[in-house]
Amino acid sequence: MRRIVRIVSWLYALAVYGFIFLPVVVLVLFSLQSTSFPIPPFTGPSLRWYDVVLSDTRLTSALVNSLLVASISSLAAVTLGFLSAWGFARFVLPGSGLLRGLITLPLTVSYLIIGMGLLVLFNWAGVPKSLLAAGIGHVVINLPLCFAIIYSQMGDHQINIERAARDLGAPEWKVLLLITVPVMAPAIFAGFFLSMTFSWDEFVISFLLTRFDTTLPVEIWNLLRSGLNPKTNAVGSLVFAVSIVLVVLFELTLLRRRKA
Amino acid sequence: MTAPLVDIDSVSHRFGQQTVLKSVSLKIEPGSYTILLGPSGSGKTTLLSILGGFVTPSEGKVFIRGVDCTSLPPAKRPTTTVFQDYALFPHMSVGSNVGFGLRMQGVDGSTRAARARKALALVGLASSFDKKPHQLSGGQRQRVALARALVIEPAVLLLDEPLGALDLKLRRQMQDELKAIQKRVGTAFIHVTHDQEEAMALADHCVVMNDGRIEDEGPPERVYARPATRFSATFMGESTILAGTVTEASDRTSTVATPVGQVSLPSALPVGSAVGLAIRPEHLVLGAAGGGVRLGSAEVSDVVFQGSFKRVLAVSVEDPSLQFIARLPAWAAVQPGDTVAVSCDTDQIILLMD
Repeated sequence: MRRIVRIVSWLYALAVYGFIFLPVVVLVLFSLQSTSFPIPPFTGPSLRWYDVVLSDTRLTSALVNSLLVASISSLAAVTLGFLSAWGFARFVLPGSGLLRGLITLPLTVSYLIIGMGLLVLFNWAGVPKSLLAAGIGHVVINLPLCFAIIYSQMGDHQINIERAARDLGAPEWKVLLLITVPVMAPAIFAGFFLSMTFSWDEFVISFLLTRFDTTLPVEIWNLLRSGLNPKTNAVGSLVFAVSIVLVVLFELTLLRRRKA
Repeated sequence: MTAPLVDIDSVSHRFGQQTVLKSVSLKIEPGSYTILLGPSGSGKTTLLSILGGFVTPSEGKVFIRGVDCTSLPPAKRPTTTVFQDYALFPHMSVGSNVGFGLRMQGVDGSTRAARARKALALVGLASSFDKKPHQLSGGQRQRVALARALVIEPAVLLLDEPLGALDLKLRRQMQDELKAIQKRVGTAFIHVTHDQEEAMALADHCVVMNDGRIEDEGPPERVYARPATRFSATFMGESTILAGTVTEASDRTSTVATPVGQVSLPSALPVGSAVGLAIRPEHLVLGAAGGGVRLGSAEVSDVVFQGSFKRVLAVSVEDPSLQFIARLPAWAAVQPGDTVAVSCDTDQIILLMD
């Protein structure tokens, strides 16, 4: 009886993980296909389609665009998120609870609504559709995230550390730069890598706010309109690989924080 | 007499509706070791924060070396603080921690390192220069915090319950060391604590605080032997306190009626006034061969052996609400249940007017 329960629970776990990961496995597997269609039987392994992807200038420039937008918008989001977390944690502000709620609110609003809102706003303000516009959109969605991560790690025990620095003659900007930022570094890096991950494969906002130069997810969507082929699998696998790296970096920085 | 190093002039402070300091004035001499002693909520930590510049008082002024520092930020005043949790910079080495204040003053790297090493040697941690704070024990971190605060040569060093986080043995050891370091550097130390033993061991000048006021101040020997108020008699060591009323008075002596009998005192007091008579445990005599003042008899309720002495609690027969606290030699033969005569010498009675 106990054996049966064990076997069933193993099967159940297998089914759950299969449900989550099978699509990715299939995607990666058929990116290694040597023939022209990503359908069984598997004919690889071959790196033929990766070669095709990397020699496609539209895809490679979209990849560079994506990396640029992700890193610059994440840098902006994490900087603004850190400063607002510090402000909320260290100063008594009128309506602090309400303001904190407002700053995290975009987390609950769908990307489509944020994208449309920005589209209307940029239209009205005369900002053309561009990578800059998409980058600003990514700051809007990632700032609340960075704020929440950094704010949660800003404990009271750091207040005395900052006080000690002031007491020893440090002006406020040096307190921030030499004490608060290094002490908060794990949370800051975690916020940065998570923002990178989200910005890297974000589609809706980029789709709405870019036109000629665009990001990788939008370019992949263009590619998909002409039907499935192993090339889309290859580029999808690349996107997935980068995401994995970012998530691992995020986990590592957060884990190091816990051990300290 | 030179001008005081620190002059606190009628400082009051409120947190919202609550008044935590009520017109406190205090002068601190150069090179002295001052202890602010009081229970939690007495305002001692707030007073220290006002000296350090972390709190601006609602009223009153603070002068340090004759300069008005009342609303000067911590960075601009000649004080440094050793925080209760030490507040070391966790991402910097011990050497960089100690050198931080000098770095802020723009002292160059090699001078900084040399002076940081000297400061660490002063607190006995010369070998820990390259370690990180988390590699040190509590007592060692405490010393690093001390070195970090002393290296920039402040006029006044403020210590906020510096020994509170250490275990008893280490606390007594650090206590001796603090005193030795203070004597060596000659900086004025102001130290906040609620531990009266710590206060007596360290202070040149002991300031007893309660409920936002200074109850008593002076050398610890004086504060212990002749406390100015009932509070300071009970907080700075233990006492038995007899309530009494003055019934007769002449030029030199007065007679006070207490629940345990008449006591005559060598001082002139207004007839009819209520007074308290405090007696330290070591001055109470239990047994027949007593002192000059008889205080009735009492039944011993508890005897606690404490190594070098016995702490005895006894309930007065004449007034069962009165409990005597006595300290007897370790060899004294007393048992709970014994009834003994209680007495003391006239000149050991502390008169409290209130």
